[in-house]
Amino acid sequence: MLFVRCKECGAKLSASRCFEFKLAVNNLPDEELLSYGHRACSGCGAIIAVRLALKASGRDVIVVQPTGCMEVVTTPYPETSWKVPYIHVAFENAGAVASGVWRALKVLGKKTKVLVIGGDGGTVDIGLQALSGALERGENITYICYDNEAYMNTGVQRSGATPFGAVTTTSPAGKLSFGEDRPKKDMPHIVASHNVPYVATASVGYPMDYVEKVKKALSVEGPSYIHVLTPCPTGWGFDSSKSIELGKLAVDTGMWILYEIENGVEKINYIPTKRKPVVEYLKAQRRFRHLSDDIISKIQEEVDRVWERILKST
Amino acid sequence: MRDIVEGSRAVAEAVKLCRAKVISAYPITPQTHIVEYLAEFVANGELDAEFVRVESEHSALSVCVGASATGVRTFTATSSQGLALMFEVLFIASGLRLPIVMVNANRALSAPISIWNDQSDSTAVRDCGWIQVYVETNQEALDSVIQAYKVAEKVLLPFMVCMDGFVLTHTYEPVDIPDQRLVDDYLPEYDPPIKLDPENPVTIGPIADPNYYMEFKLVQDEAMNEAKRVLKDEDEKFGEIFGRRYGLIEEYRTDDADVVLVTMGSLAGTIKDVVDRMREKGKNVGLVRVRLYRPFPKDEIVRALKDFEVIGVIEKDNCFGFGGGALFHDVRSALYGKSNAKVIGFVAGLGGRDIPYWDIEKAYEMCYEARVKEVPDVVWIGVRDWFRR
Repeated sequence: MLFVRCKECGAKLSASRCFEFKLAVNNLPDEELLSYGHRACSGCGAIIAVRLALKASGRDVIVVQPTGCMEVVTTPYPETSWKVPYIHVAFENAGAVASGVWRALKVLGKKTKVLVIGGDGGTVDIGLQALSGALERGENITYICYDNEAYMNTGVQRSGATPFGAVTTTSPAGKLSFGEDRPKKDMPHIVASHNVPYVATASVGYPMDYVEKVKKALSVEGPSYIHVLTPCPTGWGFDSSKSIELGKLAVDTGMWILYEIENGVEKINYIPTKRKPVVEYLKAQRRFRHLSDDIISKIQEEVDRVWERILKST
Repeated sequence: MRDIVEGSRAVAEAVKLCRAKVISAYPITPQTHIVEYLAEFVANGELDAEFVRVESEHSALSVCVGASATGVRTFTATSSQGLALMFEVLFIASGLRLPIVMVNANRALSAPISIWNDQSDSTAVRDCGWIQVYVETNQEALDSVIQAYKVAEKVLLPFMVCMDGFVLTHTYEPVDIPDQRLVDDYLPEYDPPIKLDPENPVTIGPIADPNYYMEFKLVQDEAMNEAKRVLKDEDEKFGEIFGRRYGLIEEYRTDDADVVLVTMGSLAGTIKDVVDRMREKGKNVGLVRVRLYRPFPKDEIVRALKDFEVIGVIEKDNCFGFGGGALFHDVRSALYGKSNAKVIGFVAGLGGRDIPYWDIEKAYEMCYEARVKEVPDVVWIGVRDWFRR
């Protein structure tokens, strides 16, 4: 694989795009299709992902959302933040609802894009079956999973996307527990194994990379999937001014890997020049603060192991 | 065109005549033949529609919700466990005011698992905000699907046509399949006032706090009541074009009857034979068939039944912990304060148990007995120890 170096930050990039937020802002359309006035917590990473996704999609789109934070904070009747057509039906069926929307558009001969924006619970847990069906049928939809790594809307309960060691209200640390004791579900690869044309991971800490991926996802024929890490000040326990920083730190410590799987071919998008120790990411959040040095080393070892494999293969 | 067709085929022909654009279903006995015929129509190019082969009934109805909200005519069919799995989406479809049409091939609910007919599945969801019609014949199944789209799209509510599994779905009967031209005249193209369209963005399915939720539900309830009037009108118009009308309820030889049974669905056919047979023996019995079950035709029921001394409601479902079926409770409730009739609930035919004419005769005999002595409110008939109760 060929790399170029970012002129500003020196990081290795697999594409000519730069990850700097400044550039991202300059390159995005001014038009806001998600209105201000929504009820998201200050510093919410997920609402940034939604707002940027709409900047990537433009107006000719229909948004489908499963139940979750983003649905609740954007649609308090009689108000709505959505300047594009929007439908929310239930928690576990966004894949199916989006299929219905797409098939109807097909019948009507319209080229409008169908964009699902669901949380990790509505995607990797309760919504997995309906999503799997939609992927396997090859529905022409783009699915963005905003991953804040727990059921934040109901009060930070553990989901299948909760990472190893994290404390949630249903995976608390205690005398017999250090919090979540299983690694998070590898959703992007589960999606990729449905033979879909485009799968990518992203982080709101690297917004331009994310936006480019959303654009790419919307442009392919057939199902496409983006799994974007969206730090959650409320659930993770950090100051609301640090969301973007946390999103970057997750990538820079190697705990969150930016990659694409295009037609089955996997490509790492970003290799940190010098990986930061995971402890910097972990200690910045309340949910990991209880972890012993032992557990932290275990996490570091696992991250090192994964990256060794990646670097060897590239 | 008159033909001898399976009930499932009659339904599929109706869906084709109505030009449904998105069809989505998951296989479950005894619904399967309906969707197999439709899949064939689509595969042969006879029906210009998208057939979405989903991975569950929950998704089948969810696909219909998405497609209907985007502004096209949709269809699904299911039975029993499938309907139970749809439970959540049933309420959302009606709450979102989407005129989805579904055929439920009535089948018993597990456990124990049973593929055979009763009406426990659809009566269990009577309060989900869907219009419900129970049909007696394959012809009525076909006609009801056409009427269903017309009514649903006028009042913006989903419509469930309930037909007895196997008894109708797998039975061949002579059916008149109407001309496409006539159906097109009766049923205009679907063009909803509100839909998902980038030209005019709307938010469908918002969160409503306690300040707003009740008004949504009140308006929905009013639409349900309106559906009764609309079905009555549309049934009349249908009759003018196609020569067949069904009404909200059907009264069979009730004018001079001593006692009357009330039922829903195909059982009415058997009971009509029993009525004729008993009348030959000098027993003046009658039948009221409830066709429209939700919204419940209270006024029509009261008018038809209030002057009877004894009314037996015979049905294939049971309300656990209360006893008697849903229709029994509804009829008794409608008559409250309007009539002093004794109402007996007969539970029969659960899980496909046959309801032979002699069991129906026994029910009528019990109604006669109730005129002169105390009888229980609820009687299970056709069970091995039925006389014990």
